[in-house]
Amino acid sequence: MVELRSEAIAAAKEEEDTPRRFLREAVRDLVFRKPLGAAGLAIILLMIAMALLAPVIAPYNPVANVYEKIHQPPSVENWLGTDQFGRDILSRIIYGARTALLVGFVSSLVGATLGLVLGVASAYFGGRFDLVFQRVMDVFMAFPLIIMALAVVSIFGTGVQNVILAITIPIIPRCARVVRASALAIREIPYVDAARAMGFGHGRIILRHMVPNVMAPYLIMLTSFMAQAILLEASLSYLGLGVQEPVPAWGLMLQGGAEEYAESAPWIAIFPGLAISLSVFAFNLFGDAVRDALDPRLRSD
Amino acid sequence: MIPTLFGAAVLVFVLLRLIPGDTCELRLAGSGAYFDESALKICREQAGLNEPMAVQFARWMWGIVRFDFGYSMWTGRPVTEEIALRFQLSLQVAIMATITATILAIPLGAISAVKQNTWVDYVTRGFSIAGLAMPAFWLGILIILGLLISTQRFLGEPWMPPLEYIPLWEDPGRNLIQLIWPALATGYRFSAVATRMTRSALLEVLREDYVRTARAKGLIEKLIMRRHALKNALLPVATVIGLEFAFLIGGLVVTEQVFNLNGVGKLFVEAVGNHDYTLTQALVMLVALVFILTNFVIDILYAWLDPRIRYR
Repeated sequence: MVELRSEAIAAAKEEEDTPRRFLREAVRDLVFRKPLGAAGLAIILLMIAMALLAPVIAPYNPVANVYEKIHQPPSVENWLGTDQFGRDILSRIIYGARTALLVGFVSSLVGATLGLVLGVASAYFGGRFDLVFQRVMDVFMAFPLIIMALAVVSIFGTGVQNVILAITIPIIPRCARVVRASALAIREIPYVDAARAMGFGHGRIILRHMVPNVMAPYLIMLTSFMAQAILLEASLSYLGLGVQEPVPAWGLMLQGGAEEYAESAPWIAIFPGLAISLSVFAFNLFGDAVRDALDPRLRSD
Repeated sequence: MIPTLFGAAVLVFVLLRLIPGDTCELRLAGSGAYFDESALKICREQAGLNEPMAVQFARWMWGIVRFDFGYSMWTGRPVTEEIALRFQLSLQVAIMATITATILAIPLGAISAVKQNTWVDYVTRGFSIAGLAMPAFWLGILIILGLLISTQRFLGEPWMPPLEYIPLWEDPGRNLIQLIWPALATGYRFSAVATRMTRSALLEVLREDYVRTARAKGLIEKLIMRRHALKNALLPVATVIGLEFAFLIGGLVVTEQVFNLNGVGKLFVEAVGNHDYTLTQALVMLVALVFILTNFVIDILYAWLDPRIRYR
């Protein structure tokens, strides 16, 4: 009897420890506690799937011009209609998810991470280094995000890689500033002194002792920048200074025909904009949930 | 303030000269005719581009001190003249968008906070989160689309807001009918940011002890809201509104593109494209100055709204 019970406990424990069970519980928790955040995450996952499986899902080649089918309204053949070159809009939106997600993920990840390291380093070293660093950040923050991105694009040229660079650079100081504020408080906690007393190097203290403790603001910034990066990429592409034709990108799809043919072919203007809005919406919802979960001060209720 | 501006000046000066090519090459190549090195040299001498960078920088700084921003390298007209009219337009759109946003945001945010977790709150939150997600340029396109289609249906012929900018004092009616649409397109997003801020700030304040005290002593709810809650909640809201406003001065690029307005943002894109160093530099300094001045005003406003800061 006793043996049986201990066996059952062991079995239960084993089951509890399986990663699958953990995942299932985490999902259930998320759906019940943060239904909006879960909805956002679901849309994001759907978008990722769409981007990865684009060649399988997309009904047509997104870059093939079909001149017999210019400006077709939405129909059974072309669900969302065709654009001024006869390209299928649905296919272009599906492939466009690749561009949006690539730019969104890479630039916010790189930008926020660099900001994290720089912000923590600035707080850790303090003194003159901190002062100079803050002034440099001030200079970078004295311009709107889009002006900074435009400047970078005009130096390095257009194209996906340069757009990523252009969005990454203005993100760095914004993240660094927020992370620095949290890191300043952590610097005063005794374990940092203890680590120093142990004779650890600066790099080790920064990366192993301070960075893990400012993860909350970092993750909050990271998720909120993803939405902004997608929006910024769309804006740059719309201005003709971002991703270039014929690469499918949502902002670019709004640039060419959207305004010119707004009256006769409104679907060209409507659907890519919906795609942008929906993805930014999803990232915002998810970001809000992350913020609520990680920052008790901002918890809404 | 001054060090930041100086830093911005150095940054833009160096960045501009990193871009391959200069305005002379561009202009001569653009004219299509054959040109040789001597023509390029003469052009560069006229524009002062042949001098060492340090000399060019010193000359520019000396000009700024005397409020002399030089001549556009592309059109040859004074930079101040190029900027004046366009800045007026951008400033007006920014102010109108700010007014729209403030009028919308504070009542909406307040209602949403007071009626937390009711359908009023959900509708308001949905409205504001949609505003955050919609790119301003797409909203602009939709507005134009809506205008075209509805005027077609009701007036018989499509109508578009006038394209040429008319200053406010020359013809207020035409001016407003032209600029109200871009102001709405940017104002919606702006109001979304401010609404969310008002809501969360007010929710926090409503839980404070002094609000409970006010309720306990039997003060009517209206007075509690006006005197005790809203006044304290407006501090972060003012910051957000100020920051967004500062952002709009240079950040209207995309909206200006949609509505075909010749504002500062569009001028900036043109100037960078033309390698027009003097004009770009002046524009960047202007945007940075507005940004920094707005932050300064916010600080002062803070002291005015919150006496605790004044006495510290």
